[in-house]
Amino acid sequence: MPLDPSFVGRSYPPTPPYQVGREKIREFAAAIGDANPAYTDVEAARALGHRDLVAPPTFAILLSLGASHLVVTDPALGLDYSRVVHGEQRFSYARPIVAGDELSVIVTVEKIRSVAGNDIITTRGDIVAADGEAVCSAYSTLVSRAPDPVPEATVPQ
Amino acid sequence: MTLVTYDLVEVGERLPNRSFPITRADLVRYAGASGDFNPIHWNARFAVRVGLPDVIAHGMFTMATAARLVTDWIGDPGAVVDYSVRFTKPVVVPDDESGAILDVEGIVAEKLEGGLVRIDLAARSGDDKVLGMARATVRLS
Repeated sequence: MPLDPSFVGRSYPPTPPYQVGREKIREFAAAIGDANPAYTDVEAARALGHRDLVAPPTFAILLSLGASHLVVTDPALGLDYSRVVHGEQRFSYARPIVAGDELSVIVTVEKIRSVAGNDIITTRGDIVAADGEAVCSAYSTLVSRAPDPVPEATVPQ
Repeated sequence: MTLVTYDLVEVGERLPNRSFPITRADLVRYAGASGDFNPIHWNARFAVRVGLPDVIAHGMFTMATAARLVTDWIGDPGAVVDYSVRFTKPVVVPDDESGAILDVEGIVAEKLEGGLVRIDLAARSGDDKVLGMARATVRLS
């Protein structure tokens, strides 16, 4: 089913503030198997010039994908979420995310298209600090794969 | 401070190659830490029903793992200013002890203004190229 093109350009209100915690950064770093001390040791992070623990480059997905979830699961959009895979992802940082940040996300629908029966949507999540400072823009492209062809045996004769 | 400095880095320089094992346990842990509980990343029955060969890794897990080539090389993960990938093929993770292997290579592709350097990454699992157009821009000291 084609997606509703009128969603393109829509922006959504900022999400409630997300408090970036040291333990969440440590948990995420452990989950990606990354032992960089800037993720776990406050002194190591400060020695690199950061205010507190640094979040890994892909940590922002926690905020951006959560924020776009309401959009891409909106029944009016028409995306079959059960067939969704991640197509593309980009993070553009104005500054790194650090523990202690309070961040909100403003989601905008950038692009909607259909290629070979696959429905494709690109959203941009602008991640901003409590004082309005731009921190990161996260671009996510999700692909709802075309349904498999109906096996011939099940086609009514 | 980055471990690599802008003045000394050369276009064409290769980052040390890495091979990362990915097991089902890694996917479960990543699901918990990231909040992405899509069953295609842990439930083989569901994955097959929606047309996938088996459980596949979260694209974001693959992206995060590939980034380690860059962040280990520069030391300071906060020096990554841009990072983008296309997920061209899924990393299929079988339900056994060894799981899948992600092979990652990186090369210094371009020196930009302002101490910025672009690194191009290639990631494969078996014969499949799993990331396309994988690029990280870093700010070097």
